[in-house]
Amino acid sequence: MSIGHTLLGLLESGPRHGYDLKRAFDEKFGHDKPLHYGQVYSTMSRLLKNGLVEVDGVEAGGGPERKRYAITEAGITDVQQWLATPEKPEPYLSSTLYTKVVLALLTGRDAGDLLDTQRSEHLRMMRILTDRKRKGDLADQLICDHALFHLEADLRWLELTAARLDKLAKAVTEG
Amino acid sequence: MSAPAGSLLSAQDLRKAYGPTAALDGAHFSIHAGEVVAVMGPSGSGKSTLLHCLAGIVPPDAGTITYNGRELSGMSDAERSALRRSDFGFVFQFGQLVPELSCVENVALPLRLNGAKRKEAERTALTWMERLEVDDLAKKRPGEVSGGQGQRVAVARSLVTGPRVLFADEPTGALDSLNGERVMQLLTDAARSTNAAVVLVTHEARVAAYSDREIVVRDGKSRDMEHVL
Repeated sequence: MSIGHTLLGLLESGPRHGYDLKRAFDEKFGHDKPLHYGQVYSTMSRLLKNGLVEVDGVEAGGGPERKRYAITEAGITDVQQWLATPEKPEPYLSSTLYTKVVLALLTGRDAGDLLDTQRSEHLRMMRILTDRKRKGDLADQLICDHALFHLEADLRWLELTAARLDKLAKAVTEG
Repeated sequence: MSAPAGSLLSAQDLRKAYGPTAALDGAHFSIHAGEVVAVMGPSGSGKSTLLHCLAGIVPPDAGTITYNGRELSGMSDAERSALRRSDFGFVFQFGQLVPELSCVENVALPLRLNGAKRKEAERTALTWMERLEVDDLAKKRPGEVSGGQGQRVAVARSLVTGPRVLFADEPTGALDSLNGERVMQLLTDAARSTNAAVVLVTHEARVAAYSDREIVVRDGKSRDMEHVL
């Protein structure tokens, strides 16, 4: 995720201090990964240098952390461009799982076992997310759903691979 | 092998063939009261056959099934039928509600079949419909409600007799994600509140994520993933 664009976007609703920005970010997007103060200030100095934000005021006695930032016209345009540009779909072509399955087959190990164990681990994570979704608000539900759908995609791949193990074993040992 | 200690329902070394095809080929299973166990596996792996055997609907060719300390094979057909009515509840993918009856009459049906008076049965039915958030549909016929609502009515009906084991075979198979998840949430909440065990057959991981653990059935053999990791 682009932290710079996200912080810029948060500034669109009005000027904020660095600390406020961090708090707003963590609350809305940081669930498992809160921002470090260092990240906020290094990002803000970059945005400042590029003219995307300006200092709106400095509190008395303050170091850099007391600066209040406001978004500039150039910053608003930058956010607009970011939102309008589609994200590149990730093809996930270099899959560790695929590598493990092939290696298991090449070395005569039980690839079915490997897939079963992986499925179980995926489901364990899906249970944690499902539980969090049950207890959470709508924002939590949407974030968990995003993760759940990705895990589910992995699982569908695991099932399909499990069903094709014999063919794959033949292909990799003959190849 | 004997039944795992403390399990409410268990099966050892189940075998079942339909003609030359082995549907179950040495499957094991166990579930405790209050537990939700997902039975997963590809189509044709033997998941539904396992459920049917566990519920006493289909007799296995070999192996033992123990419910609450009693072997199912030692019971007569009549005893097994009585057990299904008194202790087991069922939810399937679709087509389970009687179209000529209203929703509340559908939910009350198992109680009526057990001899309860209509008023009393419908009062109990309504409390279950409230829990499944479909009490406002009481007077409607199944044909007048949506798929998700109908499935919640079916869940209410499966729980109305206070079963100790609920068998759910692809209960969300005919629903979209949002409705399916709502059904799973209400179903598992309701079952947990009554300490019922749920045997949940599904091929959907998002549905299985509502379980406490899963077993995987492949080529008629089962694998309890709890004992793998």
